[in-house]
Amino acid sequence: MTQKPEYDVAVIGGGNAALCAAITARRAGARVIVLERAPRDFRGGNSRHTRNFRCLHTTPGEYLTGVYGEDEFLSDLHSVNGGAIDDTLARLAIGQSANCPEWMAREGVRFQAALHGTLQLGRTNLFFLGGGKALMNSYYASAERLGIDVLYDADVVGLHLAGDRFESVDVAWDRRVRPIHAASVVIASGGFEANLDWLHEVWGDAADNFIVRGTPYNTGVPLKRMLEAGAQSVGEPHECHAIAVDARAPKFDGGIVTRLDCIPLGIVVNSLGQRFYDEGEDVWPKRYAIWGKLIARQPGQIAYSIVDAKSANAFMPSVYPPIVANSIPELARQLTVPSGTLQSTVDAFNRAVRPGTLNLGGLDDCRTEGLTPEKTHWAQRLDTSPFWAYPLRPGITFTYLGLKVDERTRVMMSDGHPAANVYAAGEVMAGNVLLRGYLAGFGMTIGTVFGRIAGEEAARHAER
Amino acid sequence: MLNDDLVRRGRQTLTVCNACRYCEQYCPVFPALERRRTFDAEDLTYLANLCHNCGECLYACQFAPPHEFGINVPMVLAEARTQSYEAYAWPFALGRAFASSAFRTTLAALTIVVSMLVLVSLASPEALWSSDASANFYGVIPHAAMVTLFGAVSLFALIAMAISGSRFWRDLRRGDVPSSAGALAPASISLRSAVRDAFTLRHLHGTGRDCTSNLEVRLPWRRWFHHCTFYGFLLCMASTTIAAIYHSVFGWHAPYAYSSLPVLLGAAGGFGLLVGPLGLAALRQTRDPALGHEENGGLDTVFLALLFLTSLTGLALLVLRHGAVMGPLLVLHLAVVLVLLLTLPYGKFVHGLYRVLALIRYHGEH
Repeated sequence: MTQKPEYDVAVIGGGNAALCAAITARRAGARVIVLERAPRDFRGGNSRHTRNFRCLHTTPGEYLTGVYGEDEFLSDLHSVNGGAIDDTLARLAIGQSANCPEWMAREGVRFQAALHGTLQLGRTNLFFLGGGKALMNSYYASAERLGIDVLYDADVVGLHLAGDRFESVDVAWDRRVRPIHAASVVIASGGFEANLDWLHEVWGDAADNFIVRGTPYNTGVPLKRMLEAGAQSVGEPHECHAIAVDARAPKFDGGIVTRLDCIPLGIVVNSLGQRFYDEGEDVWPKRYAIWGKLIARQPGQIAYSIVDAKSANAFMPSVYPPIVANSIPELARQLTVPSGTLQSTVDAFNRAVRPGTLNLGGLDDCRTEGLTPEKTHWAQRLDTSPFWAYPLRPGITFTYLGLKVDERTRVMMSDGHPAANVYAAGEVMAGNVLLRGYLAGFGMTIGTVFGRIAGEEAARHAER
Repeated sequence: MLNDDLVRRGRQTLTVCNACRYCEQYCPVFPALERRRTFDAEDLTYLANLCHNCGECLYACQFAPPHEFGINVPMVLAEARTQSYEAYAWPFALGRAFASSAFRTTLAALTIVVSMLVLVSLASPEALWSSDASANFYGVIPHAAMVTLFGAVSLFALIAMAISGSRFWRDLRRGDVPSSAGALAPASISLRSAVRDAFTLRHLHGTGRDCTSNLEVRLPWRRWFHHCTFYGFLLCMASTTIAAIYHSVFGWHAPYAYSSLPVLLGAAGGFGLLVGPLGLAALRQTRDPALGHEENGGLDTVFLALLFLTSLTGLALLVLRHGAVMGPLLVLHLAVVLVLLLTLPYGKFVHGLYRVLALIRYHGEH
């Protein structure tokens, strides 16, 4: 290129990683444009729905209790993944997370103590005052003050690379497609969880019953374009963060309020009226993120969490009312689950429950014996009417298939070399450090740490 | 009571809030709603009177319009607050008249009171327009008439507010008894905490910084103008009370010297009542309409205007008390104050009463 491009750094995406990259690049002196696909009201990608940030700290802080060291953090990450992740990148994310809060506060982010009911996260996760949308408001306000150009409703439809060198991006905006040239590009456009066709390719018809918990704008187009242009992929297409959500949730963007926390308190049956997994396997926060995929493998991708009157007030209130019945057959009728099977499932369960002392705060000794599958904790007979049921569907949060990057967040090409001026941060490269499980608040750690690195690297590249 | 449509919308909104809880540490509204699982009219009234309408929770809300959930807590609570003022007003008909058209009702009251005072003053017409340098207020309106009028109106306002307050309190206690509440904290402690919160406007900067006015703009002005208004009002009350003691106990009669306690307190309070209401009215002009329209028929504006006029006419009287306009000015000042007193139980003034009661409840529960 002979002519100097209009921007030093183009950032594709408008969530946490994108804004961290844009602000860092701008503070390093670069001219930056942010291409946010959503309209202003829905800006911020899935970060809008987040609430905290997992954070290394060696001393207790104003909002963080105790300490959370590198080894413990890394072992938590390994335990949810159950396999080999890129330890260099994982250690980088963990190590750098320690100095993020100070930087975030400088950009106007405010924090709060762990929310009521999530006290178990008070040591490991730093909560944003007001949640993720408030965080994004702070970042956008900061971007505005710094003179970053933010283009809303900007749909990236094409990426142009010459070999491993980014040249321009095609943006559909205001009913026209126009090219935007930049010296370097940061891809922070999330996964493909809102792309129903792509989900269908991966999951088949089951995908039709998925509920997308977050933004409808993450269709993974920049990811796909980069893969087509020869970028190396990381992660499996079907791996994702998916939880159980209320089946009555909207198809997109239902966010935090559609999740249900009652699973460990009762039993979960599929549409045949049968149990299929240990509801009491571990404390809920650790098992929260496996239930989406469990339900995705059930017929019709539907399941029902059933509790009795004893537990009715023991979990976070839900946004949808429970389906209430005075007997199991009546409940089965309302759920359109075979009444006989449900009754025998409940009877078998009740018979298998061993006496114990209920302790919802930890792994207790209330378990079943001789049941398949067993319920290993918090097993109490379902014997007190009224019975409550909540219908459940897989709620997909984000996908792990992404772009392989090096420790400078440079996107790796399939020949094993990094691209010259393409950087990636956030969900779109989360697969480098997340194989299958999920660790609460780690998505925001990935976005913040790698977003800042990507912004710095992209700005430095543009200087040359 | 609140209307059914509002209660339904409130319930919908608060149910989403209760399943989300991200706003928990902005202000007492959220911890208070988290102690409840269902939301009836009483709960909505309670929460509405804890809300300062700062807007933080709207800007932070992932479900705010145009999201299909359309959550707007400040707006729904503003509506509930306004309806609660009308619902608890006593006698109901007066509350009704004021709520449906505050401006016209106030104007009518003002006209009646001015005419009445003019009639009284006509007993000695020469005093009304005299340029007699003695500033003889009681020559215009006899002391006995003043005491009778103000005594009666104040007593009425106090009774009306006592009735409203006790009804409000009764309903607060009828609200959903929190599941995990256990015993309420002792009344003395709740009262002390509530008064402290109210006097410091603690929850207008409860997060350590001031609340927003618009998105990321956090300015202290609303709090300071409110302080000016509230403490200005208190100083004026103190001035009047001391003057009454001077008159009845010591037999020292008005007018008082510029360096006397009633004049000093009145002047300081009057200054606050000029600056505060003006500032608050100006802030209303730049207020984000998304936060809801708290005004029903000009409830807020009328209250601010009466406070401002009370101070303006009072200060003018202080300066011009030896001039020829003293008589008419006195009539006007007394009329404004009388109407202010008369409208206290029906206008924005009651927010102070209800908020303190709601805060007492809040501190009792937490």
